[in-house]
Amino acid sequence: MPNAAQYGHGGHPAVVRAGVPGMETALPRRAGIGLKPQHFRDVLDTRPDIGFFEVHAENYMVDGGPFHHWLGRIREQYPLSLHGVGLSIGGVGPLDESHLDRLAALIERYQPAAFSEHLAWSSHGDTFFNDLLPVPYDRATLDRVCRHVDRVQERLKRRMLLENPSTYVEFEASTMSETQFLREVLERTGCALLLDVNNVYVSCTNHGRDAAAYLSELPLGEVGEVHLAGFARDQDAAGAPLLIDSHGSPVDEAVWGLYAGVIDRLGAVPTLLERDNDVPALATLLAEAGRAEAMMSERAEPRRCGIDWGGA
Amino acid sequence: MTPAALRIADASVTLTAFAAALLDPARPCPAGLRAWNGSDPTARLAVHRNNVVSSLIDALAETFPVVQQLVGEDYFRAMAGIFVRQAPPRSRVLAHYGQEFPSFIAQFEPARSLPYLADVARLEAARVRAYHAADAKPVSADAMGLALSSGERMGELRAVCHPSVSTLASPHAVVSLWAAHQGDGGVETVDVDAPECAIVLRTGLDVVVLRAPDGAAAFVQALLQGQGLGDAVASAVYAAPHFDLTAALSLLLAHGALSSLHLPQRLAS
Repeated sequence: MPNAAQYGHGGHPAVVRAGVPGMETALPRRAGIGLKPQHFRDVLDTRPDIGFFEVHAENYMVDGGPFHHWLGRIREQYPLSLHGVGLSIGGVGPLDESHLDRLAALIERYQPAAFSEHLAWSSHGDTFFNDLLPVPYDRATLDRVCRHVDRVQERLKRRMLLENPSTYVEFEASTMSETQFLREVLERTGCALLLDVNNVYVSCTNHGRDAAAYLSELPLGEVGEVHLAGFARDQDAAGAPLLIDSHGSPVDEAVWGLYAGVIDRLGAVPTLLERDNDVPALATLLAEAGRAEAMMSERAEPRRCGIDWGGA
Repeated sequence: MTPAALRIADASVTLTAFAAALLDPARPCPAGLRAWNGSDPTARLAVHRNNVVSSLIDALAETFPVVQQLVGEDYFRAMAGIFVRQAPPRSRVLAHYGQEFPSFIAQFEPARSLPYLADVARLEAARVRAYHAADAKPVSADAMGLALSSGERMGELRAVCHPSVSTLASPHAVVSLWAAHQGDGGVETVDVDAPECAIVLRTGLDVVVLRAPDGAAAFVQALLQGQGLGDAVASAVYAAPHFDLTAALSLLLAHGALSSLHLPQRLAS
């Protein structure tokens, strides 16, 4: 079994530098926030000191108008992470080539430093569900996901990042763990990992697993970006906690704790603060990003006096 | 069938059943799902059922805020929920989800007491189309000068509308109703049965709803169909004998509604 203490306060493992070799352009090892339309003007007026902005690709798959106007201007000032929510990489059908074309056009236009998508499905047949739905972890699904990731990387001519999911149900058909599944996809396709620490906490809570153990089973050296977000609390039919990946509240202290362990291992890593619902003022999001940056500079940089932080 | 092949089949069958269950609350939880603690997975599947339906209702609420104000939030969400289950998105790009919602409202029996509701929805759908429409520069003063000096060929002029332009002709006071919910006046002063026409477009970054003077919407509609200026004027006069071409052109030019104005062929060189 993996060593849970590795991610807590006990051990002092060697720093594995995050940031994936072979990514032509990488995001800065800083904190970034999601770019929301209600903040467009504020961002350009105040030019906040932030590492990067992330947008959902599908929101910008429109012909013209304000979205492109503002994103173009903001892109001139900041690195961009393009995050897809509609490719349905885990779907049973083939990838939507016209959607890949739209992604390629956005990438050509905005030259993002990173493109990421989810280990999930969102379409079935000709219906789009606008949700990230779970896949069974079996060989057939693994082969299909790998084929899809291969195709994405071939079409977009770049290494993509694949995000670990938030899940609520498991499949009887699964024959391997989520971490084993992810590890195999990364190995076979060469894609990088978008480590969503909130998703780790949510899924592990929802399935009675140990989050630190889960993290230790992942190839953290392949992490190209980290996501942090807030969740909502619910209960399952047996009264067990069921956390919902809602992106509608501040990052939970438990998730900050896991994140501390991750940057102890990885050093500073591009870290996105996600907020998609009940979006607060820009300053509130920047403050959350500031906390991530402070943690990175405190924990990831060795102290000049020769004593490592954490006092081995 | 080998046991492995059986498992493969099972997994894709499960996803198909999963997909079907998302939009149909009457369907049982698909077989093949489980929870670590042995609890009924139906409660867990409910997270996805709720994500799908409420996020799509939210998308509609964003596109149709005045419709929501007119019927109230509870009514709107119930009505939108029926639409979502009946007509889920076919596109992964949600910006234009709900363009068929106005037609759904027009057929929605419980909303019959608000006969203007579907047209208000059409106006709001047009606003979203205008917001995301392609960019184009409005015609320059030079092009205008050229057009006005074209003398007897003026009727042949081709006026191309900005990609954001659309029109709406309603037997109801659709523009006044919409405007009354923008803080521009009291809704109680609107005579809902007065017919109104709207021209919707984007000027710069802002979507504008113009109350179209008599015949102007028919004029613009004719231009959108590719008619020359002369034919478009005829269409407008047919719709409204008092159509004022100068006033209509001024209104359109003032809002950047035309992206090109040219004589076909001869002036093209």
